[in-house]
Amino acid sequence: MFVDLFHFNYTLGVVMSGAFILGISSGLLSSFAVLRQQSLLGDVISHAAFPGITLAFLWMMAKDPLGLFLGAIISGWLGTLFVHAIVRYTSLTHDAAFGIVLSVFFGLGIVLLSYIQQTPSSEKAGLNSFLFGSASTILFQDLITMGVFCLIIIIFIILFWKEFKLLAFDPNFMNSLGFPVVKLDILLTMLLVMAIVLGLQMVGVVLMSAMMIAPAAAARQWTSHLGFTVLLSGFFGLLAGVIGTLFSNYIPHLSTGPMIVVVVSLFVIVSLLFAPHRGLIWNWIQTYYYRSNIRANSMLMNMLLFSETQTDPYHCHQLSALSAIGRGPALRAMHELKRQQFVRNPEGDLWGFTKRGYQKAQRLQATLFKDDHGY
Amino acid sequence: MKDLLDDECSVIVQDLTVAYKEKPVLWDIDLKIPKGVLLAIVGPNGAGKTTLLRSIMGLIKPAAGNVSIFGQSIKKQKNTIGYMPQRGSVDWDFPTDALDVVMMGRYGHLGWFRRPTKADKKLALDALDRVGMLDFSDRQLNQLSGGQQQRVFLARALVQDADLYFMDEPFVGVDAVTEQAIIGLLKELRNQSKTVVVVHHDLQTLSDYFDWVSLLNVRQIAYGPVKDVLTNENLRTTYGGRRAFLMANQPFVD
Amino acid sequence: MGIEQLYIIILACIVAASCSLCGVYLILRRLALISDAISHSVLLGIVCAFFLVHDLNSPILILGATITGVFMVFLTELLISSKRLKKDASIGLVFPLFFSVSILLINLFAGDIHLDQDAVLLGEIAFTPFRLLSLWGLNLGPVSLWVMGGILLLNIGFVLGFYKELKLCTFDRGLAAMLGFFPTYIHYALMSLVSVTAVGAFESVGAILVVALMIVPPASAYLLSRRLSHMIGLSVLFGILSSLLGYFMAFYINVSIAGSMAVMTGVLFGFVFIFSPSQGVLIKFLRYHKQRLRFSANMLLIQLFDHEGTDTEKTENTFSNLVIHMKWSYRFANTVVAYALQHGFINRVDDYLSLTSLGREKARHVSVMDT
Repeated sequence: MFVDLFHFNYTLGVVMSGAFILGISSGLLSSFAVLRQQSLLGDVISHAAFPGITLAFLWMMAKDPLGLFLGAIISGWLGTLFVHAIVRYTSLTHDAAFGIVLSVFFGLGIVLLSYIQQTPSSEKAGLNSFLFGSASTILFQDLITMGVFCLIIIIFIILFWKEFKLLAFDPNFMNSLGFPVVKLDILLTMLLVMAIVLGLQMVGVVLMSAMMIAPAAAARQWTSHLGFTVLLSGFFGLLAGVIGTLFSNYIPHLSTGPMIVVVVSLFVIVSLLFAPHRGLIWNWIQTYYYRSNIRANSMLMNMLLFSETQTDPYHCHQLSALSAIGRGPALRAMHELKRQQFVRNPEGDLWGFTKRGYQKAQRLQATLFKDDHGY
Repeated sequence: MKDLLDDECSVIVQDLTVAYKEKPVLWDIDLKIPKGVLLAIVGPNGAGKTTLLRSIMGLIKPAAGNVSIFGQSIKKQKNTIGYMPQRGSVDWDFPTDALDVVMMGRYGHLGWFRRPTKADKKLALDALDRVGMLDFSDRQLNQLSGGQQQRVFLARALVQDADLYFMDEPFVGVDAVTEQAIIGLLKELRNQSKTVVVVHHDLQTLSDYFDWVSLLNVRQIAYGPVKDVLTNENLRTTYGGRRAFLMANQPFVD
Repeated sequence: MGIEQLYIIILACIVAASCSLCGVYLILRRLALISDAISHSVLLGIVCAFFLVHDLNSPILILGATITGVFMVFLTELLISSKRLKKDASIGLVFPLFFSVSILLINLFAGDIHLDQDAVLLGEIAFTPFRLLSLWGLNLGPVSLWVMGGILLLNIGFVLGFYKELKLCTFDRGLAAMLGFFPTYIHYALMSLVSVTAVGAFESVGAILVVALMIVPPASAYLLSRRLSHMIGLSVLFGILSSLLGYFMAFYINVSIAGSMAVMTGVLFGFVFIFSPSQGVLIKFLRYHKQRLRFSANMLLIQLFDHEGTDTEKTENTFSNLVIHMKWSYRFANTVVAYALQHGFINRVDDYLSLTSLGREKARHVSVMDT
């Protein structure tokens, strides 16, 4: 099997190129979808594209890639229009509109698919692969169509980079600058539809939505810069596409779509846990630190309050008098403060400021009362 | 300010600290609210007013400190408390009518599984009558104006038949007539020796409407009867630089 | 119609009714897409439980599936609360992973599991009559009918038993928490119910079409109801109606039953969307045009009123002037004039328009209102 891995034959070349194109285009577009909080729109579009594929097939009675792509694009686009109409004209919210369009369009696709299965056409078999995706059904002519669409996507992103960036961050501000926001929105959504349709044959309608979220979700954890997010997300998409396809090619019976999704989800999990600054593990440590810090600070404030009733600010008090937060955590906080030499513990249960601690408490009080800064 | 005995108080808050990460939202709040007063919680945006209210009601878990209501924990006192939420927190398109919303105020007394009875319906209709909304009892919520919606929610709080009321900015988005009607009812409640705690925005009306006030800006700046607390010094500490603006006796815009 | 078809129809109706019942609360809680997520995730539970018991009819499968559904919701909420990703992205990330893993497991162990990946999407309602339950030699009808019937009863029990609690927790979570109704528990109880229902419906209509049955009928009902009770009743009605229509459509053109049911929920929604008396597109369109017509007629009256008795009256107060100066299209000008004539506001002699006394009164009234 390892020999096979490095033995590049023609079919594998086609499949890998497909995975490459799919990964780049969905990775690039997913960052815009996630930033614009349209993640789930991808789910809607991919399901809504399905009846378009089956209708186009019924019309042509052949699996011409361009025809199927166009059918999918039109019907995916129609799905987003329906979502807009439902949200605009009724009091239903986006999620309901998404659910309605997604499931009804998909139902229509299933009806048409079962209708096609009765027809005598010889090419119908490959249509099922649009459900879960299948890399092995990709032909050279599919690759050409995918490549052209991918190029269109990349060119548009480069041309309208500045506009798309503004659109993702602040469409209202953009409107005030006199940009045609609605037209740009339509253009970007159109590119999203294209990227999704492009991946349907490899990943399938059911799981394509994950490819429109996961690469960007992973990339977002590593950087806050839009340019880097888009590039990194394109890279993650590409990597997931290639790795997933390789696995599904070498392990028999494995569907390509689910394999790619599992790989890209692993990227997300690793990024969520380990990315610097935003990573959850990093964050748990910090939160623990913050929490003990707050306890410590509130102990210092309490001691300051007590010291105001005394002539000597360094007078020691019993812990039970000082503690407002329950004895366990209070004691832990005091030990932490003692470690940092803010308090002293001359005997048993008696605790008092050190000079350093007294100054720190006064500083704390000053920041809390700072004018007009409102937490 | 004289010291209050514990059993003269409806609410006692001790050393309450609420924090989000390293930022304290509320810091070491002590509050003893006597029975039968109309109390305003006042402070700038982000001062933690709503957080204080929600922590007292047990809806937010504090980092430290404790709250007792009539000498007991909130869980044991749920039927002595009435609540009117902030306007923004309600789904106005929910398929329900004014009467039904008011009836929800009775649910606490009903407990699990029991259905509202005719007696509950009568109480709800009475409450709607008190806020002048009887004619609108079968209207859907989104067919009511802002003031009317607020009255419905006041009626819901009334029907809870509580000893202690919490209201989060009841005067926001309300016309002048409704504002007068609401404050009239709140004073009536106070005169029946019930305690009413209100998150409030408008310093202009503070001394007309309320007996007691808590000035809040993360820490409690001052607390007590309105006439003692409402000093320039205290307001300056609470609002900082914006104080000059307030001195000019202009309505406070947040 | 044979007994087999009757079984299928009854099962379709039961599935639709159960889905509509829990779907009502998903719509009201803005959780519509959670149904999508849950219906995909339960498969993982089914597959894992199957590895444990090696029996596709075991109740353990339903239990396992329900647990994974709820676990997925919990994971999603955990991800949202970590604030690393927005809500929509979090929902969209967790369930595809669950679903992918289960599809891969099915792929790898296809020989052991009698589940194929197409059945997962399409459902096997057509095979219902062939899996019969028999006890002590008695034929008790299809197994799925019993299972789904139980799930329907569970749904009815939950919705009726917790009617008041569900309403309060959905409408005002804060008050519910304060009154001690534990909105978080109610939330997870509802999520469990959705999971159980999804598992049951899954076998019949497949993972994605469950969403159609859970979301679309309640959404249609939402557009027509002003009371929660009406919404519940109507959505069950819509659900059953679409499964009946769907079945007959599938029967006559010989296509997928589940797909046809989903299409029919959409057709019914389309009807409501257009014809709903309060929120329908048609009523809004008519209302808009009526307003526009009334407003334009008022403009016409004021125009005539202002120029009445002046030198320019003969040129200004003409039909052609409406087209030339007021920039109305010929057709629209005709409609407005016809409206004004019909209400007796104006007289028309060829091109020339003049106010009647009623029209003059109206014009005066309108201009006072304006100032």
